[in-house]
Amino acid sequence: MTYLAKPKFHHPGLPKNDLGYTHRDYEGTVSTLCAGCGHDSITAAIIQACFELSIEPHRVAKISGIGCSSKTPTYFLGNSHGFNSVHGRMPSVLTGANLANRDLIYLGVSGDGDSASIGFGQFAHALRRGVNMAYIVENNGVYGLTKGQFSATADRGSKSKRGVTNTDNSIDLAAIALQLGASFVARSFSGDKQQLVPIIKAAIAHKGAAFIDVISPCVAFNNHAGSTKSFDFVREHNEAVNRLDVISGRMPIEVQYEPGKVEIVEQHDGSTIALRKLDADYQVHDRAAAQAFLQHHAAKGQIVTGLLYVEKDADDLHGHLHTVDTPLNALNEKELCPGQSALDKFNASMR
Amino acid sequence: MKNTDISDPQYFHKVVDCQYACPAHTPVPEYIRMIAAGRYGDAYMVNWKSNVFPGILGRTCDRPCEPACRRVRVEEEPVAICRLKRVAADFKEDVTARMPKPAARRNGKRVALVGGGPASLTVARDLVPLGYSVTVFDADAKAGGMIRTQIPKFRLPDSVIDEETDYVLNLGVDFRGGQRIESMKALLAQDWDAIFVGTGAPRGRDLDIPGRKEAAANIHIGIDWLSSVSFGHISKIGRRVIVLGGGNTAMDCCRSSRRLGGEEVQVVVRSGFDEMKASPWEKEDAQHEGIPIHNFLVPKEFTHENGKLTGVIFEKVKAEFDAKGRRKLVNAGEPDQHFPCDDVLVAVGQENAFPWIERDAGIDFDEWNMPKVDEKTFQSSNPRVFFGGDAAFGPKNIIWAVAHGHEAAVSIDKMLNGEDITQRPLPAVEVMSQKMGIHEWSYDNEIDLDKRYKVPHRDLGIALKDIKSEVELGFDVELALKEAGRCLNCDVQTVFNAPLCIECDACVDICPMDCITFTQNGEETELRTRLTAPAKNLAQALYVQDGLKTGRAMIKDEDVCLHCGLCAERCPTGAWDMQKYLLEVTHAGSSCRTPRRSAA
Ligand SMILES: Cc1cc2nc3c(=O)[nH]c(=O)nc-3n(C[C@H](O)[C@H](O)[C@H](O)COP(=O)(O)OP(=O)(O)OC[C@H]3O[C@@H](n4cnc5c(N)ncnc54)[C@H](O)[C@@H]3O)c2cc1C
Ligand SMILES: Cc1ncc(C[n+]2csc(CCOP(=O)(O)OP(=O)(O)O)c2C)c(N)n1
Ligand code: SF4
Ligand code: SF4
Ligand code: SF4
Ligand SMILES: [Mg+2]
Repeated sequence: MTYLAKPKFHHPGLPKNDLGYTHRDYEGTVSTLCAGCGHDSITAAIIQACFELSIEPHRVAKISGIGCSSKTPTYFLGNSHGFNSVHGRMPSVLTGANLANRDLIYLGVSGDGDSASIGFGQFAHALRRGVNMAYIVENNGVYGLTKGQFSATADRGSKSKRGVTNTDNSIDLAAIALQLGASFVARSFSGDKQQLVPIIKAAIAHKGAAFIDVISPCVAFNNHAGSTKSFDFVREHNEAVNRLDVISGRMPIEVQYEPGKVEIVEQHDGSTIALRKLDADYQVHDRAAAQAFLQHHAAKGQIVTGLLYVEKDADDLHGHLHTVDTPLNALNEKELCPGQSALDKFNASMR
Repeated sequence: MKNTDISDPQYFHKVVDCQYACPAHTPVPEYIRMIAAGRYGDAYMVNWKSNVFPGILGRTCDRPCEPACRRVRVEEEPVAICRLKRVAADFKEDVTARMPKPAARRNGKRVALVGGGPASLTVARDLVPLGYSVTVFDADAKAGGMIRTQIPKFRLPDSVIDEETDYVLNLGVDFRGGQRIESMKALLAQDWDAIFVGTGAPRGRDLDIPGRKEAAANIHIGIDWLSSVSFGHISKIGRRVIVLGGGNTAMDCCRSSRRLGGEEVQVVVRSGFDEMKASPWEKEDAQHEGIPIHNFLVPKEFTHENGKLTGVIFEKVKAEFDAKGRRKLVNAGEPDQHFPCDDVLVAVGQENAFPWIERDAGIDFDEWNMPKVDEKTFQSSNPRVFFGGDAAFGPKNIIWAVAHGHEAAVSIDKMLNGEDITQRPLPAVEVMSQKMGIHEWSYDNEIDLDKRYKVPHRDLGIALKDIKSEVELGFDVELALKEAGRCLNCDVQTVFNAPLCIECDACVDICPMDCITFTQNGEETELRTRLTAPAKNLAQALYVQDGLKTGRAMIKDEDVCLHCGLCAERCPTGAWDMQKYLLEVTHAGSSCRTPRRSAA
């Protein structure tokens, strides 16, 4: 944590995006999290992703629950909409907002406590409904804000800072997201922005429920020997299946890849993901295989990262419900109250 | 790239841009912090130790530090380093008691200094407290050299010169004012243990074009005219004055003319306005006093009538570049222009003149009639004779004269102690962590966004009436505090300790200037292209430390670091620390003698 605000000066050679902004224009206020917190790196990755995608800040709504992780939306996109909701309730607030205004980009920011304990049901339903969002869990295996109690994602057998062993089974949020029908599922690590930034970009571009589980070490309560969410442990056990390059629609794919090593994934918004395979056999469109892969590697104590699953022709809640293209909050009285004859017709159709 | 060796004093020295650029390597940020703390006397003494003339330089220095100031690269305008120096001089308490004490006993060595300008006075200042018997000969009655005779009083009042030359003379210098040395041979015959020549570059260049002789009565050599003004021999000039030349002497000539009855004073230069030698602020001050500057005009002829000057004819030229990119001034194809005037001041350059050094006195001269002087030791071909200041390599400025003086004093001190003078002493370095608490540093690490503050000037109407009335009023305490706040404390260094780093990226994320990158090490040119922000300023170093757990290296581009310490505040393990590197040039005395290792 820092008391001083980050000075306004920036590097004179900073690149600008299509809107003429530098990445500094996507910052929020200075973080009050512990120095070295993985969550701050995720913040930086979100800033970088939004900068690279040339997103207009006022087109974004950041919604979170409670926890150190849920505080982070204050630290990025200072000019976007935000709602810091109740513990575990981010998914329902986001779902409501999304139904009312389908035109915004929704960033759901949550923690492992927020999503795997108190908000577990909320998490499940938002995903199974296919709400169009990028749902990011900043997963540190503890309740950071309340001083480091084990969370439901803490691995069985891992040790707390005070030496107590966790005897409960852990919840693998990525595996559950797959099972619940999320149309985009990824896992990454706060200490690996090269992997994380393109994943966030792809998730934002994805139409449908995109879920990212980001392992994010808590330097204060969960970065010791015996923890399975520490910098050292994650680095040693990271099993990356692929690496991404996200290429936005207008840009030609110039990068030359070794044949067979790269898979091109088209997204709804016209952007393209070039998937560099690290594991040649990994099938990114096979939900059942992905689940099996995760379980198999988890049993070996490995942490699988990368883009784990993406549905080819994904759709979202609005698609399922056949809502109108105009955001509901923009419909006026004339459209919402079409008059007696329309009502009569409707009633007749119900008889 | 190889790991950066931060124990080499040169590494962090270079990061302190201002101090590095200062010929005398004045610890600039150190004294600026003292000014901010209201410790004017301390700030004065830090300066006095390095540059001997803080009050004089705080008004007149050529300030090579300012274009080098980091603030130029992160904002626009440098910190007003020079004018803050004046603040220290203006607001200090009485510092006489803090001056060096006379040596307990004389060492029996006699040193003669020819000329009493800043170069000689610096040699005297460094040698007298060590016990040397130092005699200064100057043709003029009072000490100061061109500081006293050339620089107009409206820029530098006599009282300031008196005070600061007295600090030196009062150390126990035998000053022989009004005594011109006419023969080097005679001087050598007097058996001095060492002789230092600090006689400056006292001859102004003339302009030999038609009409020069006929109109001589109203054509004056700039530096001769300025010294006559200084001595009070000249107190008025014609109504219409033309000053030829684009250097600082020209600026002093035109501004002096404005104060001595010149109503229509104009400066005419051969080259373009931007290529003029005068410092930008001198040009600005002249223009502010209603003096137009005409460029690309080459003087062709002085016109005259009945032996009286009537004006100057100029040929209009333009700049052309040849295949090699060299600039040439060629006729612009326009008619010549006639500028009517009553007086002309010729300020087209200065030359060295050594009429008093016999060419067979055992001192070698080169083809340009300059003495052969070693650039490090300032020794001439006669091992007992040293040169410094404008006399050594041609006209420069006060701060260079001071720097030469320090080095020459080191040479003399080493030589007279039987040491090899080519072995130069290393600077002294003091390293201090600035950490006081998690978010507490013993320096003000908050970055002020303020733009450079302007020094208040005296009302022009009043200033132009009296040539002795100082134009600049100096910062007051409040402005000084604000301006001092702009300094980025470039001497408080970011020091990285790789074994402590857990590669959490916190420092990378918080750094406002994108200075820090963790990446695979590589060869410098290639590495510079793949940092968080491009490192295009090749003059600024990359700080490289490997030995991280992931096998990557920490690369920090020093170029635009604000020294804000946010990286160190954010680091959970203390892998970054903010440490003050106080570097001081070693002057004559015991520490310059035994070649010593750096303290860092
Ligand atoms: C008009 C003008 C304005 C300037 N303004 C500035 C400025 O604003 N800032 C700046 O930094 N620099 C300025 N300079 C340059 C600066 O004055 C000189 O670079 C500096 O004074 C050189 O110092 P010095 O010790 O080498 O010699 P000088 O200052 O030239 O002193 C040499 C002394 O030696 C004496 N002397 C010469 N020959 C003999 C002899 N044979 N016997 C005895 N004595 C002798 C001379 O009388 C003189 O006093 C200016 C120069 C001029 C001409
Ligand atoms: C309804 C409710 N119950 C309990 C709490 C106390 N509480 C605050 S944060 C938190 C856990 C946060 O854990 P997580 O989401 O993992 O966030 P982290 O701080 O680890 O990033 C809890 C239990 C609360 N604020 N509200
Ligand atoms: S900011 Fe201060 S320390 Fe840095 S170069 Fe400028 S004056 Fe010197
Ligand atoms: S002191 Fe540290 S955080 Fe501040 S600009 Fe320099 S490297 Fe960046
Ligand atoms: S903040 Fe400290 S521990 Fe973290 S990466 Fe930077 S130097 Fe290393
Ligand atoms: Mg947590």
